Amino acid sequence: MKSAGKNKKRKKKNSQILAVTYLFVALFLAMMGYTCHYAITHQQELINNSYNGRQELLIAQNMRGSIYAAGGQVLAETQVDEDGNEVRVYPYDNLFAHVVGYASNGKFGIEAESNYYLINSNAKLADKVANDLAGEKYPGDSVYTTLDVDVQKVAYQSLGVYKGAIIVSEPATGRIIAMVSKPDFNPNEIEVIWDELIEDSESTVLLNRVTQGLYPPGSTFKIVTALEYIRENPDTYNNYTYQCSGRFTTGADVINCYHGMAHGGEGFSKSFAKSCNASFANIGMKLDRRRFGNTLDSLLFNQKLNVNFSYNKSKLIIDENTSDSEIIQAAIGQGTTQITPLHLNMITCAIANHGVLMKPYLVDCVKNIDGNIIKQYNPDTYKRLMSEEEAATLNGLMQEVVISGTGTKLSGLSYTAAGKTGSAEYSSVKTDSHAWFTGFAPAENPEVCVTIIIEGAGSGGDYAVPIAKRIFDEYFGL
Amino acid sequence: MELYITELSKYFITLFISLYTLECFLVFRHQDEERRSGCYIRQNLLMFLVHFSCFLVICFETGKVEYLLFYVLQQILLFATIVLFRMIYPKGNRLIINNMCMLLSIGFVVLSRLSFERAIKQFFIVTVSIIMGMLIPYFIHKLKFLKSLTWVYAALGAAALGIVLILGSVTYGSKISYSIAGITFQPSEFVKVIFVFFLASALYESHDFLRVVLTAILAGIHVLILVASRDLGSALIFFIVYVFMVFIATGNWLYLLIGGAGGCGAAVLAYQVFSHVQVRVQAWQDPFSCIDDAGYQITQSLFAISSGGWFGLGLFRGTPDSIPLVEADFVFSAVAEELGIAFSMCTILICISCFIMFMNIAMRLKDKFYQLIAFGLGVTYIFQVFLTIGGGTKFIPMTGVTLPFISYGGSSVLSTLVMFFIIEGLYIIRQEEGAKRVKKKKRRRRTEYEERREEQEAEEEE
Repeated sequence: MKSAGKNKKRKKKNSQILAVTYLFVALFLAMMGYTCHYAITHQQELINNSYNGRQELLIAQNMRGSIYAAGGQVLAETQVDEDGNEVRVYPYDNLFAHVVGYASNGKFGIEAESNYYLINSNAKLADKVANDLAGEKYPGDSVYTTLDVDVQKVAYQSLGVYKGAIIVSEPATGRIIAMVSKPDFNPNEIEVIWDELIEDSESTVLLNRVTQGLYPPGSTFKIVTALEYIRENPDTYNNYTYQCSGRFTTGADVINCYHGMAHGGEGFSKSFAKSCNASFANIGMKLDRRRFGNTLDSLLFNQKLNVNFSYNKSKLIIDENTSDSEIIQAAIGQGTTQITPLHLNMITCAIANHGVLMKPYLVDCVKNIDGNIIKQYNPDTYKRLMSEEEAATLNGLMQEVVISGTGTKLSGLSYTAAGKTGSAEYSSVKTDSHAWFTGFAPAENPEVCVTIIIEGAGSGGDYAVPIAKRIFDEYFGL
Repeated sequence: MELYITELSKYFITLFISLYTLECFLVFRHQDEERRSGCYIRQNLLMFLVHFSCFLVICFETGKVEYLLFYVLQQILLFATIVLFRMIYPKGNRLIINNMCMLLSIGFVVLSRLSFERAIKQFFIVTVSIIMGMLIPYFIHKLKFLKSLTWVYAALGAAALGIVLILGSVTYGSKISYSIAGITFQPSEFVKVIFVFFLASALYESHDFLRVVLTAILAGIHVLILVASRDLGSALIFFIVYVFMVFIATGNWLYLLIGGAGGCGAAVLAYQVFSHVQVRVQAWQDPFSCIDDAGYQITQSLFAISSGGWFGLGLFRGTPDSIPLVEADFVFSAVAEELGIAFSMCTILICISCFIMFMNIAMRLKDKFYQLIAFGLGVTYIFQVFLTIGGGTKFIPMTGVTLPFISYGGSSVLSTLVMFFIIEGLYIIRQEEGAKRVKKKKRRRRTEYEERREEQEAEEEE
């Protein structure tokens, strides 16, 4: 009996020691998992940190890789001059200034985002040995982008001398095929012009307006207001009517239609097509502000975007505390609302792609010197922004804009386009406005999506829509 | 040619250490040392291959003959340790000795890469320590009065820590070391061992509430002196060891709970009172926001860990020197950078294998005093490994303790060797306990058998 009791006690003790053993082993397993995960997932991010000296190690060892367009054209490459100095060469000068960026002076664009791959070399071991023997650096891996040189050229030339931004993308995949921002610069001269640009605190030349420029969305925002109205009145939104006298008044606040035009009696579709401010201010007043706030959340306002390039967050907060005077401004895209062309393009892409947003991306793949793929970026679903019916309804509304509204310059073509124009007022001087257009084609099965802003040009219908037409024409090879 | 060797060796080194690590755990399939023999021999071969390949790369990368000579000396030391130990203590545990030698050789490789001079110094200290350490199992086995020195241990420990607090020199804001005749000691490393002996001798016979309170006061004095010396890592180790040893001695989960709650309370208090604790916590939560000062070390460590990938950059191919104090507190990051994440994970697993063996020995020891010592030293060892690796990888806030056997530091390596050899002594004690038990069992089985036979015969007669 006595020995049995002792045995029991021993067993209890042993189970306690075993428990402590398991506790520590579990703790270590957690730590090991964490460490492996951290090290492997942060490899690229950390090597790009300016405090990390290992980048210099790779630069000294490998020759920076090249950047190619989708068609195989060289967008950036490193050449060695007679004195043995490495020079980064951009054959298209200003054309890809912001999107490809530059590799010195802090790095920007694809040069920055894909820096990790460009400074690494996955050349074959035998080739590296040959390089060693020849006293050469190893060839860095090359980045193949989704950019199309021809579309980029058309977009670039169409913008002319205006400041502004254009983004062209494929809604079904998220591939970005053109990205233009003006004013621009020549990346071949970046080291020479750098000091001048940095000293001039007013200068926004280095800003990529597509991803970083924050603009009032103007009437293009009516897409969002319309979506909210449809969400709140899914069965009855088509019964909406309004009598437009050219202005909408609530309390002391007045909303005027563009150039004070009176649109007369109109339904929901016509209000959208004609871009009637008074009618949309009226709609804005009817909306549930809390639910409107939720819709903005679902459309990625005030949020970080899951994209691989630098950008600014779009800003607009609507909730129970939003006043009448604020909501009527917000409903027509004026007031404090700020949006990037990229974000507006993403919303448009989601409409074109039956409500599903694909993650926008610029880099298709990374290959080593022998052309073997090191890293492939595949189309990836970002998130469903709206239901299929909602997307179809908005698509219909946007087609009507082209047929009978502010976008008629796109009508009667071999393809059917859809879109929304905007003329965003940005100063107290009423005549100045940014010309906006965001849309896609062909409307029934969208292949390409374009978002354009031209700063201070005038109305979207007159200035932005013709550029959209030229880009669509180029894309479809017309 | 060079490139082929350095590139290919990365994969071979990873393969060898992985196989070694696998054997570390396969050992536990067998209960007795005889059957484990195959594992041990394979381990010895694999550790030789890892050590040799690493130094081959070092020689090719540096082109210096010194490294070759140094390697030969190391190989002789490690070989002699394994062979001599087997000869002197045939009943000793070979897994512990193998792991010890494996970890020491990793330490030699990394230190040689970081600083040849320091590696030589470390080698000298290790040699002397091993020679002294070889005697320890014998003394542990023979000296029975070790059980009765309870208050001597406490006084000795507190005094050694107290002297540093008063006379010690300040390094990196902490008073942790003092010098005698040109040799710098870090007494907290040795007091850790003494502290375990103190708790074991105080708690093995009686563990009533009064006794727990009394040990709590004495343990508290140790911890407070360390906190006053700003040696927070050691203070934490002492605290954890105390809580776990009381738990095992009393068998009462309540003590673990109270200890855990008390620890959390103390941590919050320390955070509020000490600005240097706040700085460390901040550097842990978001090191990149204070990358210029408080977060510098940890971010450099993270850069190192993340740069090597699974197979590492290769020895002399990275820049581990960019981490301040890399050879002491951040040696793990240097291993991860140049030898790879896979190698560093194997290193952790080897440490865990040691710990499991310690706990295994603790469970099998019948004598409670020895059991508590094996348990206490195991917890001390593994918790220190946890603090240093967790701190360097941003898993927990940084505390500034060394990685046993691998980090540079004489006190650290000597005290860890002492711990390992004590455990060997305990293992030999357990073997003898086991031998006695087997004899007893045999005797008992025979009597039972005879009794039953007699009964059967009686029944048959009826």
